[in-house]
Amino acid sequence: MEQVFKRPECLIDVPFHFCPGCHHGTVHRLVAEAIDHFKIREKTIGVASVGCSVFMYDYFNIDVVEAPHGRASAVASGVKRARKELIVFTIQGDGDLGAIGIAEGIHTANRGENITLIFANNGIYGMTGGQMAPTTLLGQKTTTSPYGRDFTYDGYPIRMAEMMATLEGSAFVARVAVNNPANLMKAKKAVRKAFQMQTEEMGFSFVEILMSCPTNWGLSSLEANRRVEEEMIPYFPLGILKERKMADYL
Amino acid sequence: MDSKHFYHDVIMAGFGGQGVLAIGNLIAYAAMKEGRHVTYLPTYGVEMRGGTANCTVVISSKEIGSPIVQRPHSAISMNLPSLLKYGPRVLPGGLLMVNSSLIDLNEVSRNDVELLAIPVNDIAIRNGNPKLSNMIALGAFVEKTKWVGMESLFASLEKVFDERHHALIPSNIKAIQIGAEFVKKTETNSTNDSK
Amino acid sequence: MVEQISEKILVRGNEAVAMGAIDAGCLLFFGYPITPQNEIPEYLSKHLPPLGGEFIQAESEIASINLLLGASATGVRAMSSSSSPGISLMQEGLSYMAGSELPVVIVNISRSGPGLGGISASQGDYFQSTRGGGHGDYRMIVLAPSTVQEMYDLTFLAFDLSDKYRNPAMILGDALIGQMKEPLLRRKPEKMDLPAKDWALTGARGRKPNRIKSLYLQEGELTEHNWKLYQKYERMKKEDIRFETVNTEDARFIIVAFGSMARVSKTAMELAREAGMRVGLFRPITLFPYPEKALFDISKRVKHFLTIELNTGQMVEDVKLSVDRDAQVYFYGKPPGALPPPEEILEEIKKYYA
Repeated sequence: MEQVFKRPECLIDVPFHFCPGCHHGTVHRLVAEAIDHFKIREKTIGVASVGCSVFMYDYFNIDVVEAPHGRASAVASGVKRARKELIVFTIQGDGDLGAIGIAEGIHTANRGENITLIFANNGIYGMTGGQMAPTTLLGQKTTTSPYGRDFTYDGYPIRMAEMMATLEGSAFVARVAVNNPANLMKAKKAVRKAFQMQTEEMGFSFVEILMSCPTNWGLSSLEANRRVEEEMIPYFPLGILKERKMADYL
Repeated sequence: MDSKHFYHDVIMAGFGGQGVLAIGNLIAYAAMKEGRHVTYLPTYGVEMRGGTANCTVVISSKEIGSPIVQRPHSAISMNLPSLLKYGPRVLPGGLLMVNSSLIDLNEVSRNDVELLAIPVNDIAIRNGNPKLSNMIALGAFVEKTKWVGMESLFASLEKVFDERHHALIPSNIKAIQIGAEFVKKTETNSTNDSK
Repeated sequence: MVEQISEKILVRGNEAVAMGAIDAGCLLFFGYPITPQNEIPEYLSKHLPPLGGEFIQAESEIASINLLLGASATGVRAMSSSSSPGISLMQEGLSYMAGSELPVVIVNISRSGPGLGGISASQGDYFQSTRGGGHGDYRMIVLAPSTVQEMYDLTFLAFDLSDKYRNPAMILGDALIGQMKEPLLRRKPEKMDLPAKDWALTGARGRKPNRIKSLYLQEGELTEHNWKLYQKYERMKKEDIRFETVNTEDARFIIVAFGSMARVSKTAMELAREAGMRVGLFRPITLFPYPEKALFDISKRVKHFLTIELNTGQMVEDVKLSVDRDAQVYFYGKPPGALPPPEEILEEIKKYYA
């Protein structure tokens, strides 16, 4: 009988530690499938950022280096500059990329570093226990915005994909979600495209993935998925924001 | 110069663009070629603002400790601000060389140092290239002090100058020689005077 | 590669560092402008690309150190240089690199602080360099050049030591050594016999994946990791201490100084000798590992030590920790500004010389 669904080769056969309903496992799977698809496992380097994504090296059957909080894109750039034949990606959370590491993220994109950045946006600090993130929605309650995010105190949720798309150095910028099968299929295509851009040396590729964090949102998995649909997507619209057809040096 | 132990130091200063750092480099390079210990310390950063430039050169037969010199044995002042700043620091009995094209000698307040007044700009203009006044000064200074041989100095030009300026080396050598000649003549004259 | 040059050249200390890096096989440089070290990135931005290397002007020193972390993880030789405030920004990354056991060479052409301070020569970063600087229980190899030749030689050595121990190594210079020119003989020292970098990230082909990390959450893991790092620092103390002694054999009084201050102290020592005082000089070249034992051995014979620093008292603590308990340790410090002339140090010697 033909097996139609199996564990991607570049994922290790261990259960994820992620909370029930968390989308991190799904995102890991999408990345793993893209790596398998292009048969690049043996030359791919993962950069683990600080946050729930740090345990990347427990799941991916590839070489991994761990970056300080916020610095994953700089570390990824360093890997790539040292060995251009390698495929380099990182999964950065919203605190990591949108707050503490925004300078490194922007400049990595602006230099057109030929790496792939997966931006895991769940609007909250997961690992530290549910504090407000730069992408937390207005009115959203977190452990450090107990009255709901108020722009007069906390500013507005940052739209990273839009920001990345304005930079000349970025080659591919998309925002996707994995809250339902239709969105998941689009997400899968976007992640694959991002890796393709890198293998074709097109420059910086960026996929923002809207994710749920049921535990820290205080919702069930289904409620959390609904919230992605009803609250996040209207503020963070999905789609491909930028796709370069030809490398800028051509 | 051939004595077993020797130690020389000089602070050279002037407006930025007068080529003070270049002549400091040249004399240091020439001394290095002759097997001496040398240090060359330029001003840098904030000190550079305001348009003055200076450097300290130490030449010694022994390993050099401090490259910074508070009270130098000699100084070259290419403009008035330099004279006012470094003139008073020269050790008694030392050598104070001033660019008399730009400095009124009445400004020299020291009478316990040897004064060497050279109108370097006038000489340079007379010889057709006002840009070479620093080389006139260098030639005069080296002729006076004999810290390094002229040949070492000439050979250092191609090391110190960027390659794109190598075509200018002959004119620079000429200027150094003119500066040296000026000192020779002055000294002959003064020797005659004293007779 | 660069051909070996047998003739001396007159270069700045900063240029000598850059040449030492190139000759040591460093192919990547990441940095951010700051006075007084700009000649290093300027030189390398010109000379690395023709060698197949790369220079990136990063958006900050934080980015620089993390670009380095990534590059070093792949096993290549890479470096950055900066000056005090920029080095402060790198401390987080240095802690991670020490924790992840990654080699790297960082050059601190230090300036004066605290804060924006100034650009004059200072030795105010001794504590920051030798005590770790970043968080956690780690040490860096710290080399303190005192001449332009040493700027070259020690940069070369720093790459070897950092590879040998898989640990960050720092060149601690200052504005004076960085900006001055002196003759340099650009000949490569002999390279150490170094272990293969089988830990490097090159893609998991035909082997298990390599992981470079400093996060250890399983019970006992981190304790074990810290003991392992400790053993490494102890090994450095056994195998890689470097120092210079001048006239210590018959000395009754020893000056202890490093870097630029050691130069001035050497002249002061000579003046003291001329005046009939039996003064010697002890110059630590490795500030970590500190030459404790060598200093202790001398202190069994000599009982008077004068530490000279361009700060208000940092290395003097290490001198006190090193010497025999009946030895006297005096201190003469100058906050940043002009270097004290040798005559000033001579006066201090006279004060204590008995």
